[in-house]
Amino acid sequence: MTLEFILGHMNYWLFIILMMTGFYIVVSRGNFVKKIVGLNIFQVSVFMFYISIGKVTGGTAPIYPIDLNVDPDVVYSNPLPHVLILTAIVVGVATTALGLALIVRIREEYGSIEEEDILEIEQEMQRAENTEHGSAMGGSA
Amino acid sequence: MRHHLILRVITKLLVPPIVLFALYVQFHGDYSPGGGFQAGVILAAGLILFGIVYGLRKVKQVFPPWLVHKLAALGVLIYGGTGVVSLLLGSAFLDYSVLASYPKDGQHYGIIAVEVGVGVTVAAVMVAIYYAFAARPPRISDEDW
Amino acid sequence: MDVLINLVLFTMMVATAIAILRMRRLFAVVMLAGVFSLLSALLFVTLDAVDVAFTEAAVGAGISTVLMLGTMALTSREEKLPRKSSLLPLMVVTVTGAVLVYGTLDMPDFGSADSPAQTHVAAQYLERTPKDTGVPNVVTAILASYRGYDTFGEVVVVFTAAVGVLMLVGGLARRKDPEEEAD
Repeated sequence: MTLEFILGHMNYWLFIILMMTGFYIVVSRGNFVKKIVGLNIFQVSVFMFYISIGKVTGGTAPIYPIDLNVDPDVVYSNPLPHVLILTAIVVGVATTALGLALIVRIREEYGSIEEEDILEIEQEMQRAENTEHGSAMGGSA
Repeated sequence: MRHHLILRVITKLLVPPIVLFALYVQFHGDYSPGGGFQAGVILAAGLILFGIVYGLRKVKQVFPPWLVHKLAALGVLIYGGTGVVSLLLGSAFLDYSVLASYPKDGQHYGIIAVEVGVGVTVAAVMVAIYYAFAARPPRISDEDW
Repeated sequence: MDVLINLVLFTMMVATAIAILRMRRLFAVVMLAGVFSLLSALLFVTLDAVDVAFTEAAVGAGISTVLMLGTMALTSREEKLPRKSSLLPLMVVTVTGAVLVYGTLDMPDFGSADSPAQTHVAAQYLERTPKDTGVPNVVTAILASYRGYDTFGEVVVVFTAAVGVLMLVGGLARRKDPEEEAD
């Protein structure tokens, strides 16, 4: 547990703290829009974790000079995580848009976007169905 | 939004540079940070800004919904079409080296073509999703925010 | 100096995330989410990922904020007070965080040039891109040429998301109950 080890791994731990904050928002809050915001926080901190794997100290962005005179002394950061995360960001916004569209439809169907209200409504519907079913079968509810 | 005069004037001044910047980012993606995704999102942001300030009807006059839906499919078609063209010229799918007489030129043409496809699709998809959300009657009136 | 900038940005991001957790007005939550995206774009720049910072700033602070505001206009403005206790989620989050930290103990140091991520494929891409494609932006060359299949899949995913959203929200809001209209 030397200071060098802590300094070298500190960035991973910091991003894990951010990830867990986003995860906590998803798990503990009942409002659906807040859940989606928490999911976005979790997503962005995963991206930062992934890109910090590709960073080289003293390096620069992986873009060559425009006339392609590659200077052999310059160190470039790893371009491969950038490509994967570019794709992941756009896919993330696509799923966020789909999630928000689902929230709009849920609001129209149930009248609320809180998880507790929707569970109550579902339980009442289930109870109403059970009593209907019971009286149809000839028993008394 | 009729009484927000400053917003309307500034939007009218800002939307053309936004569209120009989107085109710049699209075609300079080979030489500087940029490319299809960023350009599509910036173009969509400019159109959405115009739609928010001037009203949905006006922006639908410029880009009617049927055009936006067809452009979204057209972008995917351009991307797949580049791959099929390489197939028809005798090489593998999405192998750009056969698109011109020198492999390096072929790579340039192929990269520009697929980035155009990506940019068109992303811009059209973002604008289409905005149209879908904004066309529904809102439940919160303008004073309640 | 680098470490100081990273720490300051990270502190502001944690403060924003905790504010998002505690606030109940959804308008403020959506705006803070936009602020969080912009701060993360700054952090991406310090990690040398300029393309990713560009995309995250445009997508996170532009499109995501507009879509969430549109959702808010169609649903509600405030969050209800949570009724159940938050002990179980806190324990789950702590256990997950501890397991993840245990997993990072074996990873190489931040920024080391001889870690496995830097030596195998990435060095070859950096070397071959000027000769094969002649494109100075290595990220664009990998995205469009070396890994073109993945980008094709991604464009189709974006298109599918548009189709899904249009099928869910595309038509106008229908009336509530047909029985209510009959009387």
